[in-house]
Amino acid sequence: MSDTLSETDVARGESSWTPTDGRLLDVEDLQVEFRTRDGVAKAINGVSLHLDEGETLAVLGESGSGKSVTAQAIMGILDTPPGFITGGSVRYCGTELLTMTEKQRREIRGPEISMIFQDALSSLNPVFPVGWQIAEMLRVHRGANRSDAREAAIRLMERVNIPGARQRVNAFPHQFSGGMRQRIMIAMAIALDPAVLIADEPTTALDVTVQAQIMALLAELQEERRMGLILITHDLGVVADVADRIAVMYAGKLVETADVHSIYAAPAHPYTQGLLASIPRLDQKGQELAAIGGLPPNLTRIPPGCPFNPRCRYAQDVCRHDPPPALREVRPGRRAACHFAEDVLADSAREFDHPHHVHGDGGEERR
Amino acid sequence: MGSYVLRRLLQMIPVIIGATFLIFAMVFGIGDPAAGRCGERACPEAFLVQFRQEYNLDEPLIVQYGLYMAKLLTGDFGESFSGLSVAEELINRWPTTIRLAVIAVCFEALVGIAAGILAALRKGRFLDYLVTLSSLLVISIPVFVVGSLSQLVFGIRLGIFPVTATEGGWFDLLLPGLVLGSFSVAYIARLMRSTMIENLRSDYVRTARAKGLGPGRTVGVHTLRNSMIPAITYIGYDLGALMGGAVVTERIFNINGIGGFLFYGINTKDGTIVVGTVTCLVLVYLLANLLVDVLYGVLDPRISHD
Repeated sequence: MSDTLSETDVARGESSWTPTDGRLLDVEDLQVEFRTRDGVAKAINGVSLHLDEGETLAVLGESGSGKSVTAQAIMGILDTPPGFITGGSVRYCGTELLTMTEKQRREIRGPEISMIFQDALSSLNPVFPVGWQIAEMLRVHRGANRSDAREAAIRLMERVNIPGARQRVNAFPHQFSGGMRQRIMIAMAIALDPAVLIADEPTTALDVTVQAQIMALLAELQEERRMGLILITHDLGVVADVADRIAVMYAGKLVETADVHSIYAAPAHPYTQGLLASIPRLDQKGQELAAIGGLPPNLTRIPPGCPFNPRCRYAQDVCRHDPPPALREVRPGRRAACHFAEDVLADSAREFDHPHHVHGDGGEERR
Repeated sequence: MGSYVLRRLLQMIPVIIGATFLIFAMVFGIGDPAAGRCGERACPEAFLVQFRQEYNLDEPLIVQYGLYMAKLLTGDFGESFSGLSVAEELINRWPTTIRLAVIAVCFEALVGIAAGILAALRKGRFLDYLVTLSSLLVISIPVFVVGSLSQLVFGIRLGIFPVTATEGGWFDLLLPGLVLGSFSVAYIARLMRSTMIENLRSDYVRTARAKGLGPGRTVGVHTLRNSMIPAITYIGYDLGALMGGAVVTERIFNINGIGGFLFYGINTKDGTIVVGTVTCLVLVYLLANLLVDVLYGVLDPRISHD
């Protein structure tokens, strides 16, 4: 343990960044569009989030809802062109990132905010040894020499529980299993002890037992280092144990934000309700899995009114013509962007509070 | 690795036998090898008897081939009809061909790779269009046109380079080398450009950017190493092919290399020259292939030769 601490001190260096009131990240009204041949895709349409020290924020949504784009915009690794940030602000410890020069951004990317990705095999460079790729962080950002950086890489690999780290430091990514590769990504991301870690679907490509191990490791590292963690996922099951707060995205907008317990108890937005209903449950064997009908909108042609209206069972005329309300407080600490949030909450409370009532007819099948 | 190389060397044996038998059969088995030996007149009977005996032409083809290969294994490539020792001629001519190949390959590697990288980094802009269009132009013009044109322009009109390279010195061979490499330069530039563009979009390059690495490291280290693999392997194969001589280019610039010798052999209907030279070409090409495959394993750790 003392080993890890001294390592942390070395890696931390002299960070000039201190959060005010524990606030690490503040994203306000972020807008991102992709200018493609087929037209302009409005990927992010005014997203506001914040992240505090030691906090885990889960960003939920289907593919194409803008989760990953939000993360890439925060990191400043959006492919430009075609992606452009057209408005809003991203502040780290109170300092605006979007107006910084690329060189200044690079001093934050890695040492302060770092990121892990979904597919660790393709995200690691296939032609360099894993230890080299971890050590590169220390060599580039801290000017560490080869052997020091290598030692640090071995300690980081040990920290993320890679067995035989010293023997495997020169192995290549393809020589590891999926779970081990993701651990290497994590070791690389925490190498400089960043204050914020963004995990973009870190467990999607892994099988279930390994998923749990990786989530436990992330939670442990976060606890140990007081990192702010942004966990991007479409898997509600993954979120429940680790997240403090949840932000649900749809068509480039936040539709609901809440703390983790209240959202599971009673979602306030029809989309969240649909997502929760689609979780497979052990006590509902043999029943058809609920799914949200229809598809997410094409971002080049977002429907008028509320983008969710074509799939929404609460939709009324107002939803088809007027834009949805801004996120508004529907309960203390809970905000939803829906005209009928109260109705949804009421329905949710009935369904989700008494789960046995809903599938009581399957009772005799259970033992 | 050692056992891999050994296995590959053993695999070469049937390939060599097959290739040489094919060329041998085409040269000695089809038609009358003695035809046209004596100019316009029919050959005297005494000459034909001696000729048949010397080349075992009365034996079945497979026996002829066996006798030829047995001599070949002792290093005896036989004599051409005009009395030249084929082995000696090959040894004398090889340095010229190697020089020519080295010039062509260096040109390919330096210019082709650099042009490809620049085009990829300036994708969709002027430089990219310049590289893609000019390479397309070069690829679509046959080498004898490029060769004759450059001989005319640079050799005769401008007088910068010697018109022919009979002596086979480095400077003499410069223009023929550039002509010889021109197709591959264009091909490598396009190959490099497309792999580079693909890799620049890859997940691990995104990771490199997320690590806060500058553009120099992101492109120079994380993208380049992967993008070089196809180009380098192509250059390896090309080196093998060019070491075997360049028939057309050597002919245009009157170079006394292997390709020129093969051309001479074909022109004079000299079977000994053709079969002997082609056997060497096959061997060189196979060895170059092996070298490339071994190199591939070194460049890309995902390829294992064990």
